Amino acid sequence: MTPRTFLSLIAMLALMAVPLSPATAQDAPVIDRSATGGATTLEDILLRQQGIKVDNTYRRDATGNPELAAPIQDQLGTLGGVSQSEDWQALRYNTADVTVSSRVPAAEVIMQDSGMAWQKFRSGPLLTYGGWLLAGMLGLLVLFYLVRGRIRIDGELSGRKILRFPAVERFAHWLLAGSFVVLGITGLIQLFGRYFIIPLIGHETYAPVAIAGKWVHNNVSWAFMVGLVLVTVFWIAHNIPNKHDLKWLAVGGGLFSKGVHPPAKKFNAGQKLIFWAVIVLGFSISASGLSLLFPFELPMFAVTFEKLNALGLPQLIGLGELPTTLAPHAEMQLAQLWHAIVAFLFIAIIFAHIYLGSVGMQGAFDAMGSGEVDEQWAKEHHGLWLAEVKAKSAKSATPAE
Amino acid sequence: MKSMWLAFLTIALVAVLADVGLDYAGFSSQDVTSSPSVRLD
Ligand code: HEM
Repeated sequence: MTPRTFLSLIAMLALMAVPLSPATAQDAPVIDRSATGGATTLEDILLRQQGIKVDNTYRRDATGNPELAAPIQDQLGTLGGVSQSEDWQALRYNTADVTVSSRVPAAEVIMQDSGMAWQKFRSGPLLTYGGWLLAGMLGLLVLFYLVRGRIRIDGELSGRKILRFPAVERFAHWLLAGSFVVLGITGLIQLFGRYFIIPLIGHETYAPVAIAGKWVHNNVSWAFMVGLVLVTVFWIAHNIPNKHDLKWLAVGGGLFSKGVHPPAKKFNAGQKLIFWAVIVLGFSISASGLSLLFPFELPMFAVTFEKLNALGLPQLIGLGELPTTLAPHAEMQLAQLWHAIVAFLFIAIIFAHIYLGSVGMQGAFDAMGSGEVDEQWAKEHHGLWLAEVKAKSAKSATPAE
Repeated sequence: MKSMWLAFLTIALVAVLADVGLDYAGFSSQDVTSSPSVRLD
């Protein structure tokens, strides 16, 4: 995948985080503020109470003008052309020149107003929809198991083994898979702990769990990123779509009916979908994770929004232009939400993968366990691949004259 | 199955190395969030 496709995929996914960002100036009602000399009017307040967004540039930009200051000996001259409310506005909208002795990144931000919206979304819709997504996927898999049962090898086992994945590839897979499972569990503990675990075990017991979970989550992420890169390099060539994929998809891969075995090369269309989901979601979750791991150092949403605006995507779906100036804290909040949204999608997809790679299909696990599968399994699930491998080995086995 | 166990071991090893390494490279919270005038440890 080219970097551009990758970026636009991330960008497409990023659109889902948009309802959180402040509305744009274009859809705000126009208000006459001549009666207040440009300051907030009753109409502004009433609109705000109704939850209607008002373009706030009249306040945001009203930060005084030292050029127009009264002479120092005159009344109010000591203010230097900036009234107290104008000072306040500069602080409120992060345009004041603030100096702090703390070296913490973003310490000079005195106020930011997206915290409440973030916190509400995080403890509300994110948890609710995310939780139901995972529960729904588990339910579907149970249903699939009840209806279809374990997908068995239809023919007789041949007893002949064929190498499917060499040790390095299995190593890469398990580096990715092992770290993913640990990250998934510790991540969900961090997200759901306050609401579901503290009521069960109390604050005192939860605190060390949360601290350990955070350590594990932060540090295990590196193995995940290494595994992701390795898996990408090893398998990308086998995952380019081909004409067999459509046929495979047309019969649902034979997953839903006994004795149906559409031909496939090394990976079938279903596996290719899993592979590309892993790549796209994996890189996106890594990017947002790094942004969270080094707070305020790697902001990525303002730049992404700028690119999206330039492409016209948000405008196309009626969102108007996305904000391109974000407070450092807003960047962190979006990174957190994005990280969690991607994680939920990713975990749901991987549930299905784990099911099919273990209990769901007889003989599948061997491919990642010992690395060798029975030829009959290969014939049923990856017939074209088996033929390729056999042709190759027949060639190299031809005795020299 | 050996590659699987080796991978799991590697995950633990990389985690410890990442933690120690990042601390060593000056990325600990206390390093990142204090000014030069603060004496650490
Ligand atoms: C933890 C339980 C898991 C099990 C039992 C498992 C099992 C398997 C098996 C048996 C295969 C080979 C399928 C074949 O022979 O064609 C495979 C392939 C693969 N696995 Fe896993 N896996 C697990 C977790 C994961 C996770 C967490 C990820 C990614 C985050 C992942 C990513 C992949 C990818 C990209 C492939 C190649 C494409 C595919 O077969 O779908 N696996 N896995």
